[in-house]
Amino acid sequence: MNNVRNKKRANKSLPFFFKDEFKVFFVIIFVSTILLVTTFTFDKVPPILNRGIQPATFPKGLLVLIMFLTAVIYYLSFKNPWKKEKKLPKPFFLTILSFILFIIISKTLDFFLAISVLSIFVSYNWGEKRIFYLLLVGILFPLVVFIFFEMILGLRFPPGIITNLYYY
Amino acid sequence: MMAPLFTSKLLIVLIFGTLFGLILGVLPGLGPTTGGALILPFTMTLDPLSAIVLLTSIYCAGTYGGAITAVLINTPGTPAAAATCLDGYPLAQKGEAGRALGMATVSSTVGGIFSVIVLVFFAPVLAQLAYEFGQPEYFALAIFGLTMLASIGEGSPIKNLIAGAFGILISTIGKDFMTSIDRFTYGINELSVGIGFIPVVVGLFAISEMLTQSTLLDQVFKRVALKAVKLPSLDDYKKTWKTILRSSGIGSFIGVLPAEGGTVASLIGYSEAKRFSKEPEEFGKGSIEGIAGAEAANNAATGGAMVPTLALGIPGSATTAVILTGLIIHGVRPGPDLFREQPDFLYGIFGAMLIANVLFFIFGFFGAKLFARITLVPNKILWPMIFAVSVCGTYSLSQSIIDVWIMLFFGVLGFFMRRFGFSVVPVIIGLILGELVEGTLRQSLVIFDGNWLMFLTRPIALTFFILSLIALAFPLLRSKKRKK
Repeated sequence: MNNVRNKKRANKSLPFFFKDEFKVFFVIIFVSTILLVTTFTFDKVPPILNRGIQPATFPKGLLVLIMFLTAVIYYLSFKNPWKKEKKLPKPFFLTILSFILFIIISKTLDFFLAISVLSIFVSYNWGEKRIFYLLLVGILFPLVVFIFFEMILGLRFPPGIITNLYYY
Repeated sequence: MMAPLFTSKLLIVLIFGTLFGLILGVLPGLGPTTGGALILPFTMTLDPLSAIVLLTSIYCAGTYGGAITAVLINTPGTPAAAATCLDGYPLAQKGEAGRALGMATVSSTVGGIFSVIVLVFFAPVLAQLAYEFGQPEYFALAIFGLTMLASIGEGSPIKNLIAGAFGILISTIGKDFMTSIDRFTYGINELSVGIGFIPVVVGLFAISEMLTQSTLLDQVFKRVALKAVKLPSLDDYKKTWKTILRSSGIGSFIGVLPAEGGTVASLIGYSEAKRFSKEPEEFGKGSIEGIAGAEAANNAATGGAMVPTLALGIPGSATTAVILTGLIIHGVRPGPDLFREQPDFLYGIFGAMLIANVLFFIFGFFGAKLFARITLVPNKILWPMIFAVSVCGTYSLSQSIIDVWIMLFFGVLGFFMRRFGFSVVPVIIGLILGELVEGTLRQSLVIFDGNWLMFLTRPIALTFFILSLIALAFPLLRSKKRKK
């Protein structure tokens, strides 16, 4: 009896707010609403200078169109539910984490240090354990990229604890 | 026609572009669009012709390169080579990988050359027609381009439309170009100049692909052994010449339409090859006609997609959107005036595409085995390197760290868009066409004194609007037909 009840519970579909269709619908509508509200804060052009339509009108129209089309795909998903996506694996979240680390390090310490840290972090978490290859992607390759951009393309990178060693 | 190309510098650029394009095409997840976007900042050191020659040779060779991985590891190097897997891999499994790649190489070259001929003859005619276009006509044309993209592109047409509208919305960020009023800048100075094309395209293609690869680390590729690429036999030629010509025509036509060029072209080329074949039951089991149909069509789309790009400034595919950006950042404005004022420049591009097709034939024929080895570079080494190049390339254009963050943002966004069935190509095309759409709409309304109905009094604009409605109705009719 318990088994039958458990099976039924397992077969019961997820509440609507856990479904991908609703999550996508909600995010698009939420962001679009915020952007739509923002358009009401845009400055208005005096009628004598106004050419055609106000600067806010076009983005407003686009946002309304996006919201309308999003509602349509959500409605259509009742008839044809979307393919259920697999759960995201650990390396995906670690890669996202590496992006966050990159932003923090490039902002506070050094641009190239951030590239090196991300490269080693990603490579290691994707399964590379050999020191030589970690050094290759984390130090040698960024160094080659730096030399190429700096010397051949004449680019100046943002100052940082490592980049400054080269510049000063 | 090829006089400007007979300089050692341009030939070196062309050879480098073709080799680089082949490498990009071979590597699953990269491809000519991402590669073109990555190399765009480097082209700033070149003169305009060399820059565009580099980008177009990457486009031609990259489209072909996808076939090598499609045949040998059953994974299309580029989306345009997806249909090639259907018969290329089964034929390779039968021990005929060389024959499969030989046919892919020959049909790609024929398709590519055919499309360059179409480009040479058709682009000037279209450019001449464009002289008749005013602001309302350009507005209607841009709308037509976006609806075509939505309707015959991959995936759900409504999701494609949302993505296209989102692309246009991104183009409105920054100072309004007609009134200098800030829009969506939220007080951030860097956003007043708008969002650049490169951070968005590198983010949506390269970084989102990096995230996709992070979810596929347990995937194992089975590689088929390749001894050497073989030229097709006389029997193979007899069997496939009609298919190659038909697919070349289909590919060129599909390429001209603003859509996901090669991908759609190869699928239609493949299905038409099956429809006309005397042995349709062989398709999916290693049919040589299947390979010819798909490969001739996807390479034929390259020249076709360049037609609206050069003649009208409307990109025919995602890669031509990158090429269009290259033209713009080098100060070349595509459109009818380009044909009148800089014919040498255009002939240089036409000639480069022609030579690129011959070069990838030679490199593909003799070097496919070597290029196939590139797929042995593990993702855990390759993608961190691509990240380093992406970051530096994005930073280099305006030397702004904000651009790098924008790239990362669009990378994450692109990953989730693709995960939930939204194509990222319409975002790119929308972003490219955004200023044209808004500018021509507003200028038209000035001409029409604010009367929207006046659009209907312009025959060319009206024709494009009707075509747009047909393009939007097409997927509905197609799905109804499928249900029946």
